[in-house]
Amino acid sequence: MTDAPLIELRDVTKAFGGVHAVDRVSLRLERGEVLGLLGHNGAGKSTLIKMLSGVFPADSGDFYVRGEKVDIREPRDAKELGIETIYQTLALSENLDSIANLFIGREKTSFFGFMDEVRMERAARETLARMKFNLPNLATLVSSLSGGQRQAIAIARAVLFKAEVLIMDEPTAALGPEETAKVGDLIRELAGQGIGIILISHDIHDVFALADRMLVMRNGKMVGTAPTKDVTEDEALAMIIAGNLPSALQK
Amino acid sequence: MATDIPAPAAQPAAGAVTRSGLTDLRLIAMIAILVAVWVGFGVATNGVFLSPRNLFNLSLQVSTVGVLATGMVFIIVARHIDLSVGSQIGFIGVVGALVQTQILPIDGTHTWWISLGAMLLTGAAIGLVNGALVAYAGIPSFVVTLGGLMFYRNAAYMLNEGRTISPLNEDFRRIGGGLDGSLGAATSILVGAVAIAAILFFAVASRRKRAQFGFPNPPASMAFLTIGAGVATIVAFIAVMNAYELPRTKEAAGIAIPVLILIMVGVSMSVISRRHQFGRHVFSLGGSPESTALSGVNTRLLTLKLFVLMGLLCGLGSAIVTARLNAAASVTGTMMELNVIAAAVIGGTSLSGGVGTIVGGLLGALIMQSLESGMILMGVPTPLQRMIVAVVLILAVLIDLAYRARSGK
Repeated sequence: MTDAPLIELRDVTKAFGGVHAVDRVSLRLERGEVLGLLGHNGAGKSTLIKMLSGVFPADSGDFYVRGEKVDIREPRDAKELGIETIYQTLALSENLDSIANLFIGREKTSFFGFMDEVRMERAARETLARMKFNLPNLATLVSSLSGGQRQAIAIARAVLFKAEVLIMDEPTAALGPEETAKVGDLIRELAGQGIGIILISHDIHDVFALADRMLVMRNGKMVGTAPTKDVTEDEALAMIIAGNLPSALQK
Repeated sequence: MATDIPAPAAQPAAGAVTRSGLTDLRLIAMIAILVAVWVGFGVATNGVFLSPRNLFNLSLQVSTVGVLATGMVFIIVARHIDLSVGSQIGFIGVVGALVQTQILPIDGTHTWWISLGAMLLTGAAIGLVNGALVAYAGIPSFVVTLGGLMFYRNAAYMLNEGRTISPLNEDFRRIGGGLDGSLGAATSILVGAVAIAAILFFAVASRRKRAQFGFPNPPASMAFLTIGAGVATIVAFIAVMNAYELPRTKEAAGIAIPVLILIMVGVSMSVISRRHQFGRHVFSLGGSPESTALSGVNTRLLTLKLFVLMGLLCGLGSAIVTARLNAAASVTGTMMELNVIAAAVIGGTSLSGGVGTIVGGLLGALIMQSLESGMILMGVPTPLQRMIVAVVLILAVLIDLAYRARSGK
């Protein structure tokens, strides 16, 4: 094991038709760390993580995973590096059941691409049991699951494939208080197992409750990063809204 | 696909049980409609419709549309459409006929399979072009295949200056079910026996494997019922096909070769749709294209493969109809795309994507063909036939929509 951070981005930039959605942003994520990514709509949070998860390639900047320079151009590249993303939309196919969704694109096969459904069902049950998440029926279509259950399926998919980095885009935005608490427990549980988690949120309460450190973005640029315990909620808000770095963090 | 009724807490996830629930209901409804159509025509034609002769012919007629419908179900499930299948049938037919009359000796031993191979390859090549234009150039499949509809029909005309090519190779003609084109009584019974053995084997194997891992199985009574229905259908089908005597030899016809091809295609496609990665990805693509791409599936390659598969089936369908007609004309298969799409849609394939079954598509094809055959027997004028089929198509979708709204998806 090296001391290299799990993930390091250096001066990553992405422009869409002249607009700098992300402008020279750098980021570090350690093992077992929960990093809160904060900022308004349009601050560039989603664009930043989409580069890391391979939705689109960066214009410039370097990506390092476990200290090694990597090239991420497609979702598959990110997944092979152990980077799993849970999108706000959850990226589930609602016309399929839970097991099918857990394995989309990575089905367990026996021969010539024929699926081994018993093996998939067993792995699915084991993972959900480990997450202490109970689904009444694995054969139920995802379209008839609740928001929290869908979130659990999306997280289980990442856990199932031994994610080392978990990127979560607004995981609690669509959930009620009880389900939010449950997802929060899950996030701490996974971080405890050494998974690095990037939590994207515009809700600073979420970030203060769950994250070890926060990184604030504004208009595509990085405002600053700080351990959550060193910053007050008001200071964080000032960073998000005005881009003001709290006095303690200024050089 | 699956019911949305949650299983009671005491009964944990029961994959096979609930997953088939809704499908079965829809399937039973379709079978009921088919039976009603058959009984109705049987009464209206004083039993002629249900005679072994008519049912044998019906099985021949349904084979081309049936083969194509299996592919169209996949295409529509993936939120695409293929309007070019009818024109492909005409074009590929002319290609196959030219190969066996111009390039190869018409009575050569190997002529039949080489020309069949050429037809399959031509279909695959057309599918490759369609798929590449849809998947990689990003042109909507409606536009690409509408272009294909016009292009291949007229290309077929240009290939042989509009002349019909006939007769064709005698071995090749067996693919269409003509002279010596059926299996005979003994082989048909053997095929039926193998099919029944396969049903029993897979039913037992599946239950064993689930039990081995402690997963719940459907109740035994349910299993006996479905297996029993399957076995009864096979026995009845073989009995009817064997009851038909070929007009010249007075021997039992048995299963026609194109019908055997259709059954094999239907079983393969059904297995692919439920048990193969490819089928799973196609359904996922239809349910949510974005999610499927984000999950790491190469959706462009998937779309390309999908159209190649459709092209291959067009090659096979063209071989069947060309062989049956013993002639290749550039107009063969005109408007067939509409029958194929109608079969898929009547069979419960949703045009908004993600929903459909191969069995449904095949039943849809059978219902369409039964309507046509029955109305011909009753002497209904062709324009009126087409109008009735049109009304049935719209009614089928209307009923399906109402059913889905009530069952909550």
